[in-house]
Amino acid sequence: MSQETLLPAFITPDIVAVFVAVLKAVVILVATLAFAGFLTFVERRVLALWQDRYGPNRVGPFGIFQLIADVIKLLMKEDWTPPFADKLTFWLAPVIAMSVLLISVAIVPITPDWGVTDMHIGVLFFLAMAGISVYAVLFAGWSSNNKYSLLGGMRSAAQTISYEVFMGISIMGVVALAGSFNMREIVAAQQHGWFVFPQIVGFLTFFIAGVAVAHRTPFDLPEAESELAAGYHTEYSGMKWVMFFVSEYVGLILISALTVTLFFGGWHPPAAFGYQLFPTVLNHVPAFIWFMAKTIFFILIFILLRASLQRPRYDQVMAAGWKVCLPFSLFNLLLTGVWILMYDPISGG
Amino acid sequence: MNEHSNVSILKSAIWGFASQLRSMYMIFMHSFRKRDTLLYPEEKVPLPARYRGRIVLTRDPDGEERCVACNLCAVSCPVGCISLQKAEREDGRWYPDFFRINFSRCIFCGMCEEACPTNAIQLTPDFEMAEYNRQNLVYEKEHLLIDGVGKYHDYNFYRVSGMAIAGKPKGTAQHEDLPVDVRGLMP
Repeated sequence: MSQETLLPAFITPDIVAVFVAVLKAVVILVATLAFAGFLTFVERRVLALWQDRYGPNRVGPFGIFQLIADVIKLLMKEDWTPPFADKLTFWLAPVIAMSVLLISVAIVPITPDWGVTDMHIGVLFFLAMAGISVYAVLFAGWSSNNKYSLLGGMRSAAQTISYEVFMGISIMGVVALAGSFNMREIVAAQQHGWFVFPQIVGFLTFFIAGVAVAHRTPFDLPEAESELAAGYHTEYSGMKWVMFFVSEYVGLILISALTVTLFFGGWHPPAAFGYQLFPTVLNHVPAFIWFMAKTIFFILIFILLRASLQRPRYDQVMAAGWKVCLPFSLFNLLLTGVWILMYDPISGG
Repeated sequence: MNEHSNVSILKSAIWGFASQLRSMYMIFMHSFRKRDTLLYPEEKVPLPARYRGRIVLTRDPDGEERCVACNLCAVSCPVGCISLQKAEREDGRWYPDFFRINFSRCIFCGMCEEACPTNAIQLTPDFEMAEYNRQNLVYEKEHLLIDGVGKYHDYNFYRVSGMAIAGKPKGTAQHEDLPVDVRGLMP
Protein backbone atom coordinates (compact mmCIF):
# COMPACT_ATOMS: atom_id res chain seq x y z
CA MET A 1 0.00 0.00 0.00
CA SER A 2 2.86 2.33 0.75
CA GLN A 3 4.22 1.84 -2.74
CA GLU A 4 1.04 3.17 -4.30
CA THR A 5 1.49 6.44 -2.54
CA LEU A 6 5.04 6.80 -3.79
CA LEU A 7 4.36 5.98 -7.44
CA PRO A 8 2.19 7.99 -9.84
CA ALA A 9 -1.36 6.72 -10.10
CA PHE A 10 -1.09 5.34 -13.66
CA ILE A 11 1.62 2.86 -12.67
CA THR A 12 -0.50 -0.05 -11.61
CA PRO A 13 0.92 -3.53 -10.98
CA ASP A 14 -0.44 -4.55 -14.38
CA ILE A 15 1.51 -1.83 -16.14
CA VAL A 16 4.65 -2.81 -14.27
CA ALA A 17 4.13 -6.45 -15.23
CA VAL A 18 3.70 -5.50 -18.88
CA PHE A 19 6.79 -3.34 -18.75
CA VAL A 20 8.86 -6.12 -17.17
CA ALA A 21 7.58 -8.62 -19.73
CA VAL A 22 8.47 -6.31 -22.61
CA LEU A 23 11.89 -5.70 -21.10
CA LYS A 24 12.49 -9.44 -20.76
CA ALA A 25 11.38 -9.99 -24.35
CA VAL A 26 13.77 -7.29 -25.57
CA VAL A 27 16.60 -8.79 -23.54
CA ILE A 28 15.91 -12.23 -25.03
CA LEU A 29 15.73 -10.73 -28.54
CA VAL A 30 19.00 -8.87 -28.17
CA ALA A 31 20.69 -11.83 -26.52
CA THR A 32 19.53 -14.16 -29.31
CA LEU A 33 20.80 -11.79 -31.99
CA ALA A 34 24.11 -11.26 -30.21
CA PHE A 35 24.48 -15.00 -29.72
CA ALA A 36 23.67 -15.60 -33.38
CA GLY A 37 26.30 -13.07 -34.38
CA PHE A 38 28.84 -14.57 -32.04
CA LEU A 39 28.06 -18.02 -33.45
CA THR A 40 29.41 -16.91 -36.82
CA PHE A 41 32.77 -16.61 -35.12
CA VAL A 42 32.38 -19.72 -32.96
CA GLU A 43 31.41 -21.83 -35.94
CA ARG A 44 34.46 -20.74 -37.92
CA ARG A 45 36.79 -21.46 -35.01
CA VAL A 46 35.25 -24.83 -34.13
CA LEU A 47 35.03 -25.88 -37.76
CA ALA A 48 38.68 -24.95 -38.11
CA LEU A 49 39.56 -27.01 -35.03
CA TRP A 50 37.97 -30.08 -36.57
CA GLN A 51 39.75 -29.46 -39.85
CA ASP A 52 43.15 -29.00 -38.17
CA ARG A 53 43.19 -25.28 -38.91
CA TYR A 54 43.02 -22.22 -36.67
CA GLY A 55 40.24 -20.12 -38.17
CA PRO A 56 40.00 -16.39 -37.46
CA ASN A 57 42.42 -15.81 -34.59
CA ARG A 58 43.89 -12.41 -35.34
CA VAL A 59 41.43 -9.78 -34.11
CA GLY A 60 41.72 -9.56 -30.35
CA PRO A 61 42.57 -12.44 -28.00
CA PHE A 62 41.74 -15.74 -29.78
CA GLY A 63 40.06 -13.63 -32.45
CA ILE A 64 36.95 -12.90 -30.39
CA PHE A 65 36.64 -9.43 -31.91
CA GLN A 66 36.36 -10.93 -35.38
CA LEU A 67 32.61 -10.36 -35.14
CA ILE A 68 33.15 -6.61 -34.71
CA ALA A 69 35.48 -6.54 -37.68
CA ASP A 70 32.94 -8.46 -39.75
CA VAL A 71 30.13 -6.12 -38.75
CA ILE A 72 32.18 -3.06 -39.67
CA LYS A 73 33.03 -4.60 -43.00
CA LEU A 74 29.42 -5.56 -43.73
CA LEU A 75 28.12 -2.13 -42.76
CA MET A 76 30.54 -0.52 -45.18
CA LYS A 77 29.57 -2.81 -48.02
CA GLU A 78 27.33 -1.52 -50.75
CA ASP A 79 23.79 -2.77 -50.28
CA TRP A 80 23.03 -3.37 -53.91
CA THR A 81 19.73 -4.24 -55.47
CA PRO A 82 20.25 -5.60 -58.96
CA PRO A 83 18.35 -3.69 -61.67
CA PHE A 84 16.84 -6.93 -62.98
CA ALA A 85 15.45 -7.93 -59.58
CA ASP A 86 11.86 -7.65 -58.48
CA LYS A 87 12.29 -4.88 -55.92
CA LEU A 88 9.45 -5.52 -53.48
CA THR A 89 9.97 -9.26 -53.03
CA PHE A 90 13.72 -8.77 -53.13
CA TRP A 91 13.43 -6.51 -50.10
CA LEU A 92 10.76 -8.61 -48.43
CA ALA A 93 12.67 -11.91 -48.47
CA PRO A 94 15.40 -11.10 -45.89
CA VAL A 95 12.85 -9.41 -43.65
CA ILE A 96 10.73 -12.57 -43.64
CA ALA A 97 13.78 -14.78 -43.16
CA MET A 98 14.94 -12.97 -40.08
CA SER A 99 11.64 -11.97 -38.46
CA VAL A 100 9.96 -15.36 -38.79
CA LEU A 101 12.75 -17.22 -37.02
CA LEU A 102 13.12 -14.53 -34.37
CA ILE A 103 9.38 -14.71 -33.69
CA SER A 104 9.70 -18.47 -33.29
CA VAL A 105 12.30 -17.94 -30.57
CA ALA A 106 9.47 -16.38 -28.54
CA ILE A 107 7.95 -19.79 -27.79
CA VAL A 108 11.14 -21.22 -26.28
CA PRO A 109 10.90 -21.46 -22.50
CA ILE A 110 14.38 -20.65 -21.28
CA THR A 111 13.95 -20.95 -17.50
CA PRO A 112 10.86 -21.11 -15.26
CA ASP A 113 10.91 -17.29 -15.14
CA TRP A 114 12.28 -16.40 -18.54
CA GLY A 115 10.62 -16.76 -21.89
CA VAL A 116 8.73 -14.40 -24.15
CA THR A 117 5.34 -16.02 -24.48
CA ASP A 118 3.52 -18.94 -22.90
CA MET A 119 1.30 -20.05 -25.75
CA HIS A 120 -1.08 -22.96 -25.60
CA ILE A 121 -0.18 -23.77 -29.19
CA GLY A 122 3.56 -23.25 -28.90
CA VAL A 123 4.55 -26.26 -30.98
CA LEU A 124 2.01 -25.47 -33.68
CA PHE A 125 3.19 -21.86 -33.73
CA PHE A 126 6.74 -23.00 -34.42
CA LEU A 127 5.56 -25.31 -37.21
CA ALA A 128 3.57 -22.45 -38.75
CA MET A 129 6.54 -20.09 -38.60
CA ALA A 130 8.82 -22.74 -40.09
CA GLY A 131 6.29 -23.04 -42.90
CA ILE A 132 6.37 -19.28 -43.52
CA SER A 133 10.16 -19.24 -43.55
CA VAL A 134 10.00 -21.11 -46.87
CA TYR A 135 8.62 -17.92 -48.39
CA ALA A 136 11.81 -16.05 -47.55
CA VAL A 137 13.90 -18.44 -49.60
CA LEU A 138 11.28 -18.72 -52.34
CA PHE A 139 10.94 -14.93 -52.64
CA ALA A 140 14.71 -14.47 -52.61
CA GLY A 141 15.21 -17.11 -55.27
CA TRP A 142 12.40 -15.83 -57.47
CA SER A 143 13.00 -12.10 -57.18
CA SER A 144 16.74 -12.34 -57.79
CA ASN A 145 15.98 -13.22 -61.42
CA ASN A 146 19.00 -15.48 -61.47
CA LYS A 147 18.90 -19.12 -62.41
CA TYR A 148 21.10 -20.27 -59.54
CA SER A 149 19.02 -18.37 -57.04
CA LEU A 150 15.87 -19.83 -58.54
CA LEU A 151 17.30 -23.35 -58.36
CA GLY A 152 18.23 -22.73 -54.73
CA GLY A 153 14.79 -21.38 -53.93
CA MET A 154 13.09 -24.30 -55.67
CA ARG A 155 15.22 -26.84 -53.86
CA SER A 156 14.57 -25.11 -50.58
CA ALA A 157 10.83 -25.11 -51.08
CA ALA A 158 10.73 -28.81 -51.92
CA GLN A 159 13.14 -29.74 -49.14
CA THR A 160 11.51 -27.68 -46.43
CA ILE A 161 7.99 -28.81 -47.30
CA SER A 162 9.05 -32.47 -47.38
CA TYR A 163 10.89 -32.26 -44.10
CA GLU A 164 8.29 -30.22 -42.28
CA VAL A 165 5.80 -33.03 -42.87
CA PHE A 166 7.60 -35.48 -40.65
CA MET A 167 9.02 -32.76 -38.41
CA GLY A 168 5.48 -32.13 -37.23
CA ILE A 169 4.73 -35.83 -36.96
CA SER A 170 7.90 -36.50 -34.97
CA ILE A 171 6.97 -33.81 -32.44
CA MET A 172 3.48 -35.26 -32.08
CA GLY A 173 4.85 -38.19 -30.05
CA VAL A 174 6.17 -35.71 -27.50
CA VAL A 175 2.92 -33.77 -27.59
CA ALA A 176 0.98 -36.96 -26.98
CA LEU A 177 3.16 -37.94 -24.03
CA ALA A 178 3.00 -34.47 -22.48
CA GLY A 179 -0.65 -34.07 -23.35
CA SER A 180 -0.13 -30.48 -24.41
CA PHE A 181 1.11 -28.22 -27.18
CA ASN A 182 2.31 -25.79 -24.54
CA MET A 183 6.11 -25.69 -24.40
CA ARG A 184 6.19 -25.05 -20.66
CA GLU A 185 3.94 -28.02 -19.98
CA ILE A 186 6.10 -30.17 -22.24
CA VAL A 187 9.15 -29.15 -20.19
CA ALA A 188 7.29 -29.72 -16.93
CA ALA A 189 6.31 -33.22 -18.08
CA GLN A 190 10.00 -34.08 -18.46
CA GLN A 191 11.01 -33.41 -14.87
CA HIS A 192 11.13 -37.13 -14.10
CA GLY A 193 12.24 -38.40 -17.48
CA TRP A 194 13.45 -36.75 -20.65
CA PHE A 195 11.36 -37.52 -23.70
CA VAL A 196 14.43 -38.48 -25.69
CA PHE A 197 14.43 -41.94 -24.10
CA PRO A 198 10.88 -43.04 -24.96
CA GLN A 199 10.94 -40.92 -28.15
CA ILE A 200 14.40 -41.73 -29.53
CA VAL A 201 13.03 -42.24 -33.04
CA GLY A 202 11.06 -39.04 -32.76
CA PHE A 203 14.19 -37.23 -31.61
CA LEU A 204 16.29 -38.52 -34.50
CA THR A 205 13.70 -37.65 -37.12
CA PHE A 206 13.08 -34.24 -35.55
CA PHE A 207 16.79 -33.52 -35.48
CA ILE A 208 17.23 -34.51 -39.12
CA ALA A 209 14.24 -32.39 -40.08
CA GLY A 210 15.63 -29.54 -38.01
CA VAL A 211 18.90 -29.68 -39.91
CA ALA A 212 16.95 -29.57 -43.16
CA VAL A 213 14.68 -26.73 -42.11
CA ALA A 214 17.60 -24.67 -40.84
CA HIS A 215 19.39 -25.26 -44.19
CA ARG A 216 22.45 -26.57 -42.41
CA THR A 217 24.98 -28.91 -43.97
CA PRO A 218 24.40 -31.76 -44.94
CA PHE A 219 20.99 -30.41 -46.05
CA ASP A 220 22.31 -27.11 -47.34
CA LEU A 221 21.20 -27.75 -50.90
CA PRO A 222 19.37 -24.40 -51.17
CA GLU A 223 22.65 -22.55 -50.77
CA ALA A 224 25.12 -25.18 -51.90
CA GLU A 225 28.23 -23.10 -52.45
CA SER A 226 29.90 -25.57 -54.73
CA GLU A 227 27.00 -26.05 -57.13
CA LEU A 228 24.73 -23.01 -56.88
CA ALA A 229 27.17 -20.20 -56.03
CA ALA A 230 25.40 -19.50 -52.70
CA GLY A 231 21.95 -20.39 -54.05
CA TYR A 232 19.07 -18.14 -53.19
CA HIS A 233 21.18 -15.30 -51.76
CA THR A 234 23.63 -15.05 -54.64
CA GLU A 235 22.39 -11.57 -55.55
CA TYR A 236 22.27 -10.25 -52.00
CA SER A 237 24.92 -8.06 -50.44
CA GLY A 238 25.41 -5.78 -47.47
CA MET A 239 22.81 -5.69 -44.74
CA LYS A 240 20.22 -7.72 -46.62
CA TRP A 241 22.70 -10.55 -46.90
CA VAL A 242 23.51 -10.13 -43.21
CA MET A 243 19.84 -10.65 -42.41
CA PHE A 244 19.87 -13.97 -44.26
CA PHE A 245 23.10 -14.91 -42.57
CA VAL A 246 21.89 -14.04 -39.09
CA SER A 247 18.62 -15.82 -39.73
CA GLU A 248 20.60 -18.98 -40.53
CA TYR A 249 22.23 -18.79 -37.13
CA VAL A 250 19.01 -17.85 -35.37
CA GLY A 251 17.55 -20.96 -36.98
CA LEU A 252 20.50 -22.95 -35.64
CA ILE A 253 19.87 -21.62 -32.13
CA LEU A 254 16.12 -22.16 -32.48
CA ILE A 255 16.39 -25.78 -33.59
CA SER A 256 18.91 -26.52 -30.84
CA ALA A 257 16.75 -24.84 -28.21
CA LEU A 258 13.65 -26.68 -29.43
CA THR A 259 15.49 -30.01 -29.39
CA VAL A 260 16.46 -29.30 -25.81
CA THR A 261 12.96 -28.20 -24.88
CA LEU A 262 11.08 -31.01 -26.56
CA PHE A 263 13.38 -33.96 -25.96
CA PHE A 264 16.05 -33.08 -23.42
CA GLY A 265 14.03 -31.71 -20.57
CA GLY A 266 14.50 -27.98 -21.08
CA TRP A 267 15.98 -26.60 -17.89
CA HIS A 268 15.68 -29.88 -15.97
CA PRO A 269 18.75 -31.88 -14.94
CA PRO A 270 19.20 -35.34 -16.46
CA ALA A 271 16.41 -37.79 -15.70
CA ALA A 272 15.14 -40.95 -17.36
CA PHE A 273 11.99 -42.98 -16.59
CA GLY A 274 11.68 -41.49 -13.12
CA TYR A 275 15.32 -41.91 -12.17
CA GLN A 276 17.43 -38.79 -11.75
CA LEU A 277 21.16 -38.53 -12.17
CA PHE A 278 22.81 -37.33 -8.93
CA PRO A 279 19.72 -35.37 -7.84
CA THR A 280 21.39 -34.02 -4.72
CA VAL A 281 24.16 -32.35 -6.69
CA LEU A 282 22.72 -31.56 -10.10
CA ASN A 283 19.45 -30.08 -8.81
CA HIS A 284 21.45 -27.15 -7.45
CA VAL A 285 22.74 -26.15 -10.87
CA PRO A 286 20.71 -23.11 -12.03
CA ALA A 287 18.03 -23.74 -14.64
CA PHE A 288 19.60 -21.30 -17.08
CA ILE A 289 22.92 -23.15 -16.98
CA TRP A 290 21.18 -26.42 -17.84
CA PHE A 291 19.30 -24.88 -20.72
CA MET A 292 22.31 -23.05 -22.15
CA ALA A 293 24.66 -26.00 -21.73
CA LYS A 294 22.30 -28.32 -23.58
CA THR A 295 21.60 -25.77 -26.30
CA ILE A 296 25.28 -25.13 -26.85
CA PHE A 297 25.87 -28.87 -26.98
CA PHE A 298 23.36 -29.22 -29.81
CA ILE A 299 24.77 -26.20 -31.62
CA LEU A 300 28.16 -27.89 -31.49
CA ILE A 301 26.58 -31.09 -32.81
CA PHE A 302 25.20 -29.04 -35.70
CA ILE A 303 28.66 -27.68 -36.42
CA LEU A 304 30.13 -31.17 -36.13
CA LEU A 305 27.57 -32.37 -38.66
CA ARG A 306 28.70 -29.63 -41.00
CA ALA A 307 32.33 -30.53 -40.47
CA SER A 308 31.93 -34.24 -41.07
CA LEU A 309 29.07 -35.05 -43.43
CA GLN A 310 28.90 -34.56 -47.17
CA ARG A 311 25.98 -33.01 -48.97
CA PRO A 312 23.67 -35.68 -50.44
CA ARG A 313 22.27 -35.50 -53.93
CA TYR A 314 18.91 -33.79 -54.29
CA ASP A 315 16.98 -36.99 -55.02
CA GLN A 316 18.71 -38.67 -52.08
CA VAL A 317 17.49 -35.89 -49.81
CA MET A 318 13.94 -36.44 -51.04
CA ALA A 319 14.23 -40.23 -50.75
CA ALA A 320 15.61 -40.03 -47.21
CA GLY A 321 12.79 -37.72 -46.22
CA TRP A 322 9.83 -39.53 -47.74
CA LYS A 323 10.99 -43.15 -47.72
CA VAL A 324 12.85 -43.38 -44.42
CA CYS A 325 12.11 -40.54 -42.02
CA LEU A 326 8.38 -40.21 -42.71
CA PRO A 327 7.65 -43.95 -42.15
CA PHE A 328 9.84 -43.96 -39.06
CA SER A 329 8.11 -40.96 -37.54
CA LEU A 330 4.66 -42.32 -38.39
CA PHE A 331 5.60 -45.66 -36.84
CA ASN A 332 6.89 -43.84 -33.77
CA LEU A 333 3.66 -41.89 -33.44
CA LEU A 334 1.65 -45.08 -33.81
CA LEU A 335 3.67 -46.86 -31.12
CA THR A 336 3.37 -43.89 -28.81
CA GLY A 337 -0.38 -43.85 -29.30
CA VAL A 338 -0.65 -47.56 -28.63
CA TRP A 339 1.48 -47.25 -25.50
CA ILE A 340 -0.59 -44.36 -24.16
CA LEU A 341 -3.84 -46.19 -24.83
CA MET A 342 -2.61 -49.35 -23.13
CA TYR A 343 -0.91 -47.98 -20.04
CA ASP A 344 -1.95 -44.40 -19.53
CA PRO A 345 -5.23 -43.67 -21.27
CA ILE A 346 -6.06 -40.73 -19.00
CA SER A 347 -2.99 -38.63 -19.69
CA GLY A 348 -3.34 -39.30 -23.37
CA GLY A 349 -6.63 -37.44 -23.29
CA MET B 1 17.78 -59.16 -52.84
CA ASN B 2 15.53 -56.75 -54.67
CA GLU B 3 17.19 -53.39 -54.57
CA HIS B 4 13.95 -51.53 -53.99
CA SER B 5 12.52 -53.76 -51.31
CA ASN B 6 11.64 -52.19 -48.00
CA VAL B 7 14.11 -54.39 -46.15
CA SER B 8 16.91 -53.11 -48.33
CA ILE B 9 15.96 -49.48 -47.74
CA LEU B 10 15.77 -50.08 -44.00
CA LYS B 11 19.11 -51.84 -44.00
CA SER B 12 20.83 -49.13 -46.00
CA ALA B 13 19.25 -46.45 -43.80
CA ILE B 14 20.57 -48.03 -40.61
CA TRP B 15 23.94 -48.83 -42.14
CA GLY B 16 24.29 -45.33 -43.55
CA PHE B 17 23.28 -43.81 -40.22
CA ALA B 18 25.93 -45.85 -38.40
CA SER B 19 28.59 -44.93 -40.94
CA GLN B 20 27.74 -41.23 -40.59
CA LEU B 21 27.96 -41.47 -36.81
CA ARG B 22 31.36 -43.02 -37.29
CA SER B 23 32.56 -40.21 -39.53
CA MET B 24 31.25 -37.68 -37.00
CA TYR B 25 33.26 -39.44 -34.30
CA MET B 26 36.35 -39.45 -36.49
CA ILE B 27 36.02 -35.73 -37.22
CA PHE B 28 35.47 -35.02 -33.54
CA MET B 29 38.72 -36.79 -32.68
CA HIS B 30 40.48 -34.15 -34.77
CA SER B 31 39.94 -31.82 -31.80
CA PHE B 32 42.97 -33.44 -30.20
CA ARG B 33 45.24 -33.34 -33.21
CA LYS B 34 47.99 -30.90 -33.94
CA ARG B 35 46.85 -28.16 -36.27
CA ASP B 36 48.46 -28.11 -39.67
CA THR B 37 48.37 -24.35 -40.09
CA LEU B 38 51.62 -22.45 -39.66
CA LEU B 39 50.93 -19.06 -38.05
CA TYR B 40 53.08 -17.45 -40.69
CA PRO B 41 54.32 -14.04 -39.62
CA GLU B 42 55.20 -15.39 -36.16
CA GLU B 43 56.35 -18.84 -37.27
CA LYS B 44 58.60 -18.82 -40.30
CA VAL B 45 58.15 -21.28 -43.12
CA PRO B 46 60.93 -23.85 -43.30
CA LEU B 47 62.35 -23.26 -46.78
CA PRO B 48 64.61 -25.77 -48.51
CA ALA B 49 68.15 -24.63 -49.20
CA ARG B 50 67.53 -24.62 -52.95
CA TYR B 51 64.31 -22.60 -52.68
CA ARG B 52 64.10 -20.14 -55.56
CA GLY B 53 63.42 -16.76 -54.01
CA ARG B 54 64.98 -13.30 -54.07
CA ILE B 55 67.81 -13.01 -56.64
CA VAL B 56 71.25 -11.84 -55.53
CA LEU B 57 74.53 -11.06 -57.24
CA THR B 58 77.45 -12.71 -55.47
CA ARG B 59 81.11 -11.88 -55.21
CA ASP B 60 84.08 -14.17 -55.72
CA PRO B 61 86.30 -15.25 -52.78
CA ASP B 62 88.52 -12.22 -53.35
CA GLY B 63 85.58 -9.89 -52.85
CA GLU B 64 85.30 -8.81 -56.50
CA GLU B 65 82.07 -8.90 -58.42
CA ARG B 66 81.51 -12.23 -60.14
CA CYS B 67 79.24 -10.84 -62.83
CA VAL B 68 81.01 -10.33 -66.13
CA ALA B 69 78.02 -8.67 -67.83
CA CYS B 70 77.72 -11.40 -70.46
CA ASN B 71 73.93 -10.83 -70.75
CA LEU B 72 73.16 -14.57 -70.76
CA CYS B 73 70.82 -14.14 -67.79
CA ALA B 74 68.93 -11.38 -69.54
CA VAL B 75 68.68 -13.51 -72.68
CA SER B 76 67.49 -16.59 -70.81
CA CYS B 77 64.94 -14.74 -68.74
CA PRO B 78 61.53 -15.82 -70.04
CA VAL B 79 59.80 -12.66 -68.87
CA GLY B 80 62.64 -10.30 -69.70
CA CYS B 81 62.90 -8.75 -66.28
CA ILE B 82 66.73 -8.41 -66.23
CA SER B 83 68.57 -5.61 -67.90
CA LEU B 84 72.24 -4.69 -67.61
CA GLN B 85 74.99 -2.78 -69.34
CA LYS B 86 78.55 -4.03 -69.76
CA ALA B 87 81.51 -1.94 -68.64
CA GLU B 88 85.21 -2.72 -68.42
CA ARG B 89 87.66 -1.99 -65.66
CA GLU B 90 91.19 -0.79 -66.27
CA ASP B 91 92.60 -4.21 -65.43
CA GLY B 92 90.45 -5.79 -68.16
CA ARG B 93 87.74 -7.29 -65.99
CA TRP B 94 84.23 -6.90 -67.28
CA TYR B 95 81.50 -5.82 -64.92
CA PRO B 96 77.93 -4.56 -65.22
CA ASP B 97 77.65 -0.80 -65.28
CA PHE B 98 74.09 -1.20 -64.06
CA PHE B 99 72.19 -4.36 -63.27
CA ARG B 100 68.43 -4.13 -62.85
CA ILE B 101 65.89 -6.82 -62.02
CA ASN B 102 62.22 -5.97 -62.09
CA PHE B 103 60.81 -8.28 -59.42
CA SER B 104 57.26 -7.36 -60.27
CA ARG B 105 57.90 -9.28 -63.50
CA CYS B 106 60.21 -11.99 -62.20
CA ILE B 107 58.67 -15.47 -61.99
CA PHE B 108 61.57 -16.94 -59.98
CA CYS B 109 62.13 -19.70 -62.52
CA GLY B 110 65.90 -19.78 -61.95
CA MET B 111 66.80 -19.75 -65.65
CA CYS B 112 69.20 -16.86 -65.05
CA GLU B 113 71.03 -18.84 -62.40
CA GLU B 114 71.32 -21.81 -64.75
CA ALA B 115 72.54 -19.65 -67.59
CA CYS B 116 75.15 -17.75 -65.59
CA PRO B 117 78.66 -18.88 -66.61
CA THR B 118 80.30 -17.32 -63.56
CA ASN B 119 77.81 -18.38 -60.81
CA ALA B 120 77.26 -14.69 -60.14
CA ILE B 121 73.48 -14.57 -60.16
CA GLN B 122 71.87 -16.85 -57.60
CA LEU B 123 68.40 -17.39 -56.14
CA THR B 124 68.04 -17.42 -52.36
CA PRO B 125 65.45 -18.88 -49.95
CA ASP B 126 63.71 -15.59 -49.22
CA PHE B 127 60.31 -14.52 -50.49
CA GLU B 128 59.39 -11.69 -48.15
CA MET B 129 59.71 -8.94 -50.73
CA ALA B 130 56.26 -7.35 -50.53
CA GLU B 131 56.15 -3.61 -51.21
CA TYR B 132 53.38 -1.05 -51.07
CA ASN B 133 54.83 0.74 -54.09
CA ARG B 134 55.31 -1.29 -57.23
CA GLN B 135 58.30 0.80 -58.26
CA ASN B 136 60.15 -0.41 -55.19
CA LEU B 137 60.20 -3.88 -56.69
CA VAL B 138 62.72 -2.75 -59.30
CA TYR B 139 66.03 -3.71 -57.72
CA GLU B 140 69.21 -1.98 -58.81
CA LYS B 141 72.72 -3.34 -58.52
CA GLU B 142 73.25 -1.93 -55.03
CA HIS B 143 70.18 -3.85 -53.87
CA LEU B 144 71.21 -7.07 -55.58
CA LEU B 145 74.91 -7.25 -54.84
CA ILE B 146 75.80 -9.08 -51.64
CA ASP B 147 79.17 -9.35 -49.90
CA GLY B 148 79.27 -13.15 -49.86
CA VAL B 149 80.02 -15.96 -52.28
CA GLY B 150 76.59 -17.59 -52.18
CA LYS B 151 76.39 -21.28 -52.89
CA TYR B 152 79.89 -21.67 -54.45
CA HIS B 153 82.53 -20.84 -51.89
CA ASP B 154 85.71 -21.32 -53.92
CA TYR B 155 84.69 -20.44 -57.41
CA ASN B 156 86.51 -17.52 -58.98
CA PHE B 157 85.82 -17.11 -62.68
CA TYR B 158 88.99 -15.18 -63.58
CA ARG B 159 91.16 -17.82 -61.86
CA VAL B 160 89.82 -20.63 -64.06
CA SER B 161 89.06 -18.86 -67.30
CA GLY B 162 91.52 -18.21 -70.07
CA MET B 163 90.79 -14.54 -70.34
CA ALA B 164 93.79 -12.35 -69.71
CA ILE B 165 93.47 -9.54 -67.25
CA ALA B 166 96.01 -7.35 -65.57
CA GLY B 167 98.12 -9.50 -63.22
CA LYS B 168 96.98 -12.73 -64.91
CA PRO B 169 98.27 -13.21 -68.41
CA LYS B 170 97.24 -16.00 -70.78
CA GLY B 171 97.96 -19.52 -69.55
CA THR B 172 98.30 -18.78 -65.87
CA ALA B 173 94.86 -19.82 -64.74
CA GLN B 174 94.28 -22.98 -62.72
CA HIS B 175 94.57 -26.20 -64.72
CA GLU B 176 95.78 -24.17 -67.69
CA ASP B 177 98.93 -24.56 -69.75
CA LEU B 178 100.78 -21.72 -71.36
CA PRO B 179 99.57 -21.04 -74.91
CA VAL B 180 101.18 -23.12 -77.63
CA ASP B 181 103.28 -21.16 -80.12
CA VAL B 182 101.58 -22.38 -83.30
CA ARG B 183 104.32 -20.91 -85.50
CA GLY B 184 107.17 -22.68 -83.69
CA LEU B 185 108.54 -26.05 -84.82
CA MET B 186 109.22 -27.55 -81.42
CA PRO B 187 106.39 -29.09 -79.44
